[in-house]
Amino acid sequence: MFNKMFSPENVAEALTILKEEVPFALWETTYATLLATAFAILLGLPFGILLVVGEKDGVLPLPKGVMYVLNVVINLLRSVPFLLLMILAFPLTRVILGTTVGTAASIVPLVIAAFPFVARLVESSLREINPNIIEMAQSMGASPMQIIVKVMLPESIPSLISNFTIAITTILGYTAMSGTIGGGGLGKIAINYGYHRYKYLVMLIAVIILIVLVQVFQSVGTKLAVKLDRRVKH
Amino acid sequence: MIEIKNLSKTFRTTAGTVEALKNISLTVNDGDIYGIIGMSGAGKSTLVRCINMLERPTEGAVLMDGQDLGALTQKELRKVRRDVTMIFQGFNLLMQKTCLRNICFPLELAGVKKEEAKKRAMELLEIVGLPDKAGSYPAQLSGGQQQRIAIARALATQPKVLLCDEATSALDPKTTHDILELLKDINERLGITIIIITHQMSVVEEICNRVAILDGGVVAEEGEVSEVFANPQSDAAKRLVFPDGEEEVVPVHPGERVLRVVFNGAMAAGAPLITQMAIDEKIAANILYASTKCLGDKVYGNMLLGLPEEEETVQRAIRYLTKGGNVLVTEVKENVQ
Ligand SMILES: Nc1ncnc2c1ncn2[C@@H]1O[C@H](COP(=O)(O)OP(=O)(O)OP(=O)(O)O)[C@@H](O)[C@H]1O
Ligand SMILES: [Mg+2]
Repeated sequence: MFNKMFSPENVAEALTILKEEVPFALWETTYATLLATAFAILLGLPFGILLVVGEKDGVLPLPKGVMYVLNVVINLLRSVPFLLLMILAFPLTRVILGTTVGTAASIVPLVIAAFPFVARLVESSLREINPNIIEMAQSMGASPMQIIVKVMLPESIPSLISNFTIAITTILGYTAMSGTIGGGGLGKIAINYGYHRYKYLVMLIAVIILIVLVQVFQSVGTKLAVKLDRRVKH
Repeated sequence: MIEIKNLSKTFRTTAGTVEALKNISLTVNDGDIYGIIGMSGAGKSTLVRCINMLERPTEGAVLMDGQDLGALTQKELRKVRRDVTMIFQGFNLLMQKTCLRNICFPLELAGVKKEEAKKRAMELLEIVGLPDKAGSYPAQLSGGQQQRIAIARALATQPKVLLCDEATSALDPKTTHDILELLKDINERLGITIIIITHQMSVVEEICNRVAILDGGVVAEEGEVSEVFANPQSDAAKRLVFPDGEEEVVPVHPGERVLRVVFNGAMAAGAPLITQMAIDEKIAANILYASTKCLGDKVYGNMLLGLPEEEETVQRAIRYLTKGGNVLVTEVKENVQ
């Protein structure tokens, strides 16, 4: 298979396909990933905050029932496999965007799948905060809202960035997966050429580009988290 | 004035109930540096957290200038907390903010304008002696410097009372001394009442004027520091004043009279006082027990001196020892053994 894969004609053919399709696919994948991550954070952040502050001894205790429902909904969404979730989300996607195919359409299920995950990540970031710091803020007369905005979020920025980096790389994986059922981008190229038309070289290259993308997001995220962490002397 | 009235606090946990505080009544007057001392688990932190209602008392009340803090709404309480600020053993600085922003923090909470807050923060940095650290992050500072920033932050809202929960326990003796000096200075210059929680007698010795000894959730003894030092009544107080156990180290000769000498920051410059007394007054004192230490150029701690029987000599010794100030002498009448 490998001999055939790298035969001159295959390589030449793969290169033309790549030249024609990869730049656009790369763009589609990147923007779907970034946009989906942005929306997932927009939705997931408040939920994550509620999961922490709403607890019995949190800074803004919520009724037990509310917390229970919140947890169940998040767990439910987290336990449905992404591919199924995407299909289940088709009706909603159609309502919002009028179509279920294309990169833009894939963003809706991506967000639905990713925001509960982001909520859990935010929760774990906020739990890392030293409770004494929160007590300090309370002792100085901070309101619950002030504690969230002026203490919890700023103090956990490095951890939040690390966790958002995990989110972005996971969502990138989802984006590639969405290529198999109507989404665009590198995932679509890999499936269309590799799986449906046996052009394994194209698939291989698409996968390599995805790997490089993950690496890029991850190292930028890690660098940023370290750079912004004032606990480290530098 | 802070009045703690019949305050009790019981914690109910799955592991059972803990009576952390039992019927505590204390009065802290304006301008006091009030020490609350006790062994680990005595309930000190719980008591100080009850004073600003971070912990709700199970029974009893805390009155600040006559106002019952337990009866306030959350909103009113938040306002009172600008008047009763706190510093902690672990400093509790915001690690992602510069020192300047840390000091601005309580002002921001109170809605003070940014520029004004910054100006005030710079003044406070001056007061705590760190004007060049405005742009530094807490992680770049030593423990003592971090505590100075925390003190500046606690002073930002111009409080009436400063609560210190083991504020020096994480610091070395020299830094502890410096921080205590700063607190004393703040007390004198700004007229802020200070309540100091500690398990170290030396801290109380050094700056407090009154002390309450907490033991197993009750006040074992309360009073002027010099009195409690000179004449500890309760077992808890004796344990703190004589950590090595007084009995073992004090063999009194028959007919000898015993003086307890408490050094409360007397100048230690030049020859030691007891030697000097032997030279100047020709009184040969027998040092029966000594637990003193020098911090900077001052002496703290206490000593038991054995003296000859004659009343005249004893009086002369008392006069000589108290001459320089900051030394308290009382005769120990009961059997010290
Ligand atoms: N939130 C809590 N829940 C249950 N028990 C508690 C709680 N806080 C304190 N206690 C108990 O109350 C008692 C007093 O605790 P506290 O922290 O006030 O002691 P402390 O004198 O400050 O001791 P240390 O010097 O070690 O800080 C202890 O037995 C402790 O276990
Ligand atoms: Mg404590």
